[in-house]
Amino acid sequence: MSTLLQVSGLRVQSGPRELLHGIDLRVERGERVGLIGESGSGKTLTLLALMGLLPEALRATGAARLDGEDRDLLTLGDRASARLRGRRVSMVFQEPMTALDPLLPVGRQVAEILTLHGFAGGARAARGRSVELLDGVGLPDPGAAARAYPHELSGGQRQRVMLAMAMANTPDLLLADEPTTALDVTVQRRVLDLMREQVARSGTSLVFVTHDLGIVADLCDRVVILRDGAVVEEGPLDRVFSAPQHPYTRSLLAVSALATDARGRLVTVVDLGSGTTGAVSTGAVSTGAGMTGAATAAAGTQATGAVPATTPADGSADAVVVTAPGRPAAPQPGPHEVLPDQAAPHVFNHLPGDAPLLAVAELRRTYVRPHRIGRATHVQAVRDVSFEVREGQRFGVVGESGSGKSTLLRLVTGLDQATAGSVRIGGREVVGTPERALGWLRRTAQIVFQDPMGSLDPRMRIAEVVTEPLRGVGADERRARAAEVLDAVGLPATALDRYPHQFSGGQRQRIAIARAVVTRPQLLVADEAVSSLDVSVRAQVLNLLSDLADEYGLTLLFVSHDLAVVRRTCDTVAVMNEGRIVECGPTDQVYEHPLHPYTAELVAAAPRLRAAGA
Amino acid sequence: MSATTSGPGTTSGRGTTSGRGTTSGGRPTTRRWNAPLLVGAVMVAAVVLIGLVSLVWTPHDPLVTDPLHRLQGPSPAHWLGTDGLGRDAASMLIAGTRVPLLVGLVAVLISLVLGVPFGIAAAMTRQGGAGLWLMRWNDVVQAFPALLLAMVLAAVRGPSTWTAMVALGIGAAPGFVRVTRAGTLQVLSREYALAARAAGRGPLYTAVRHVLPNVRSMLIVQASVGFALAVLAEAALSYLGLGTPPPTPSWGRMLQDAQAFLYVQPLLIVWPGVAIAWTVLGFNLLGDGLRDRLDPRLEAAA
Amino acid sequence: MLLTVLRRLGVFALTALVASVVVFVLLAVLPGDPARAQLGLDATPDQVAALRHQLGLDRSLPAQYVHWLGQLATGSLGISYSTRAPVGPEVLNAMQVSLLLVLAGMVVAALIALPTGLLAAVRQGRADGAALSAATQVGISVPSFLAGLLLVTVFAVRLHWLPSGGWVAPVDGVGGFLRHLVLPALALGLVRGAILSRYLRSALLDVQREDFMRTARAKGMTRWQALRRHGLRNALVPVVTVTGVELAGLLVGAVVIETVFVIPGLGSLLLRSVANRDLVEVQAVVMVVVLLVLALNLLVDLVYVLVDPRLRRAR
Repeated sequence: MSTLLQVSGLRVQSGPRELLHGIDLRVERGERVGLIGESGSGKTLTLLALMGLLPEALRATGAARLDGEDRDLLTLGDRASARLRGRRVSMVFQEPMTALDPLLPVGRQVAEILTLHGFAGGARAARGRSVELLDGVGLPDPGAAARAYPHELSGGQRQRVMLAMAMANTPDLLLADEPTTALDVTVQRRVLDLMREQVARSGTSLVFVTHDLGIVADLCDRVVILRDGAVVEEGPLDRVFSAPQHPYTRSLLAVSALATDARGRLVTVVDLGSGTTGAVSTGAVSTGAGMTGAATAAAGTQATGAVPATTPADGSADAVVVTAPGRPAAPQPGPHEVLPDQAAPHVFNHLPGDAPLLAVAELRRTYVRPHRIGRATHVQAVRDVSFEVREGQRFGVVGESGSGKSTLLRLVTGLDQATAGSVRIGGREVVGTPERALGWLRRTAQIVFQDPMGSLDPRMRIAEVVTEPLRGVGADERRARAAEVLDAVGLPATALDRYPHQFSGGQRQRIAIARAVVTRPQLLVADEAVSSLDVSVRAQVLNLLSDLADEYGLTLLFVSHDLAVVRRTCDTVAVMNEGRIVECGPTDQVYEHPLHPYTAELVAAAPRLRAAGA
Repeated sequence: MSATTSGPGTTSGRGTTSGRGTTSGGRPTTRRWNAPLLVGAVMVAAVVLIGLVSLVWTPHDPLVTDPLHRLQGPSPAHWLGTDGLGRDAASMLIAGTRVPLLVGLVAVLISLVLGVPFGIAAAMTRQGGAGLWLMRWNDVVQAFPALLLAMVLAAVRGPSTWTAMVALGIGAAPGFVRVTRAGTLQVLSREYALAARAAGRGPLYTAVRHVLPNVRSMLIVQASVGFALAVLAEAALSYLGLGTPPPTPSWGRMLQDAQAFLYVQPLLIVWPGVAIAWTVLGFNLLGDGLRDRLDPRLEAAA
Repeated sequence: MLLTVLRRLGVFALTALVASVVVFVLLAVLPGDPARAQLGLDATPDQVAALRHQLGLDRSLPAQYVHWLGQLATGSLGISYSTRAPVGPEVLNAMQVSLLLVLAGMVVAALIALPTGLLAAVRQGRADGAALSAATQVGISVPSFLAGLLLVTVFAVRLHWLPSGGWVAPVDGVGGFLRHLVLPALALGLVRGAILSRYLRSALLDVQREDFMRTARAKGMTRWQALRRHGLRNALVPVVTVTGVELAGLLVGAVVIETVFVIPGLGSLLLRSVANRDLVEVQAVVMVVVLLVLALNLLVDLVYVLVDPRLRRAR
């Protein structure tokens, strides 16, 4: 192997502030390197600096040598670096929806990268070649795809187009910046497989930036861990994942795998980072063991039978559900069932003779997209869904985007009107009740949203935010309740008079949770509540939700696209696909013995650390 | 957005060097003052001050004619010379400050009062279809340019300051409707608006507690720009003889009077011209500066 | 595509119809009796009644509206109070003049806006970019009629290069037509050009922050190439959307400019009819202007659909 790229001492400055503090990075020919870090770690900046695409206000210093070029990549200047971009070094970006020019057919955009770098044969031939390239990335009917505009393609298809462009001139180095983060797991799996195949075929080296350790375990030979603009640890995948040297790497591995400590609580970065008490060291040890299994599997040695047993997932999942302290008697698990073939209505998670807290029956939501001329199109977001949730259950709903899971939540919480069916909470009907008459529902069921940025009004003080659901309560009591509930979510009373922007993402999500529990609801509905958080924060928020559920006796309805998170959080899970629940049952049973083919595909596609070798 | 400082008596322009760049993780650094804001505020303050002074003092009585000293150039007695009737140009210019300021203020207020509730209602009733009809109606009103409306109103009611204010206010309202509606739609698409509903709060609460505070900065910017447009339109109306009737001094009318003497005393079009441009520029810069300062693009506020 | 066009046409027709009601009501319901106003105070009630009948003012308002709509459709646009002749031909003549002026103004504006907007965006943050931006800021603060007066002072009064006013129709000599067109078109276009230039600049600055611009550069384009191949096209989309408002502004600006340069367009006609209190003529001119504004907006809408493939499918 010869070295393709040698970066040493890369620093990036924004005015007086230094964002990258001297990064060293080496990439061999044909090697696949994973660049791992949470938001703000500088992983994207590193790629942009190498591409010469840093925003104008930022300045890069240091050295970056690409084999075969005499000049330093960092000092090339726009024109010289443009000649390398797309020819020797290519890049695929995170957001497929906005990365393509919306006004041009994608075929022309692919042809452009050919002609830019002197494709022999002219424009017509370039266009023909672009159809071949689109065929190569597995787009059905590549001729039609070439004529399509970006908005006519799905996210996964657009990312395939991006990949076709990036690989068009068989570059020596492909830089990928979280290229699958915005995609569904099954689509992600296919795009990753395609990328691996393309890179392998043309001998291209890959630098893959991600926060997702599961993907890296699956794809890369070597990993580099970044934190706050500096390299924390670097080495071959096996070594780093099985014997991490740096405490941050250890904790990152632990929180990514949603590892738990002896008491069944999720390990958080704080626990591991401090590294002093006994409880912490048990966490680290058990995590280390789990990681060994995962990494061995990832390295290709198919550990049979032993792996599931040693991974922390199994033993500790039970611990969360059953042995958590202070928890009332766990509700009886429901049956494990799959959607019957006939369209006969089936009520999931139903136990005879039990009065459920939430009973959803034949719920349907059809959106009519009106055409002012011509026929309206009907979009069936939720199709005849029936299930029950008993008090004290933690009911998870997993599904990909468009599966109808978010619509289901909104119907249950009365934020959207069902087309047909019934939603009963505590025996009272939600469907068809005008919003004015839903006061009881607002006291019974509350919701936590995905985006901790968007769910708090930037112009409201925290005290006003968290007491918004309180009606008819005096000013003094409001403040007292606000302070109380903030304390419950682990925030100081000084937060009351601050504004949302003064808090981090994780803290904001705590505030959103505080708002949801301030009325002491029976049912807490969470819509992708941890999906936009960094993994290190994710564990803390999940612990908090679990604690609150115990303390307040909450029933959880937890929606997520992330199977691992649902597995950790919920005792029962329903899998949604195309507006229906296709399978439902106790979480472990569903994950380990999926009955429905879609569930099986979903579980297999998830690039979790555990699933890495599967 | 712009990095301009311009106009007489100011320092040269300096770029607000890519101030948009919200550095990752941190919140946007809002500067309290930027160059356009400062310059605009000073220019506007100067005009307002002169307008106030004119209430109690002008160098001469702006209405007194003096046929013996007509069309004179600047002199110690008449700083800016005299017009075709021998009136003191400086005094008329100073007294002429009041009408555009008054018209601008009232017109913007009318636009706000009409446009903001209308815009919020149009956004909030979008689902039910009523919002669509409200916007169709807005399109109809938008087809009547403010100046045209003012001319029609002047035709039927006779020219007056009131007709000008009302017509310009109504004519500019559709712009306020659009801005308010766009801002409201953004707010409503946020999860905090949904959270308010989940908290059992009604539409009125959402409009007052969530929408208004968040579209406020957009409206301030729009109001500043609307003020500039109203001053421009008022000048045009007065120039056409459809604004404030004589003898009340106004810059537009001064221009009309001066046109007759272009060959004799072209300086007479310079003074009111500079006054109009100065005022409009001041409000435009103020609007630009506020845009930078308040950044009405909601995401930055989060 | 066809559906989209048809739908926009339908909306246009509906809006125009509602606008016609507004114009009619605006001018018909207002106090004052046009017949009395025309005949003077010493007319007998019988004379007034006779004239009212002749003008159709004794009919119900809806009947008057329908009658007026009929006149609109046939192009007579009503019988003038002052000349007792159909106002249609006169209005159409004036409209041609005004449209020529608007078109010329638009050309000037585009010629100014494209290079200055592009340069101000590319050189943003540097001295020349800032200076350009400042210049356009001043440009939009000058009313077009003031620009007209200044142009007349310099090029007509001082230099005697061009006539200070008046109008020569193109059929009466292209040379004279152009000589009379230059100054008013410049006066109109300078200000509108400054506005458009600022729109273009900010649209370009916005576009440069788009992901696909980064993609374009990642493909091997220089900053400038990316701007030329992908940026400009995308920046034009928001610019096109404001062009409708801009054209309306141009039309109204023309109304004022015509007074400065004594051009017999819609503006001059409107001012004259306002002065004569000839409400039929006012009504006709206002309706034509409103229709033009709507038609220009329709045109812009359709161009918008052509430019942006996302809107092409009727949905």
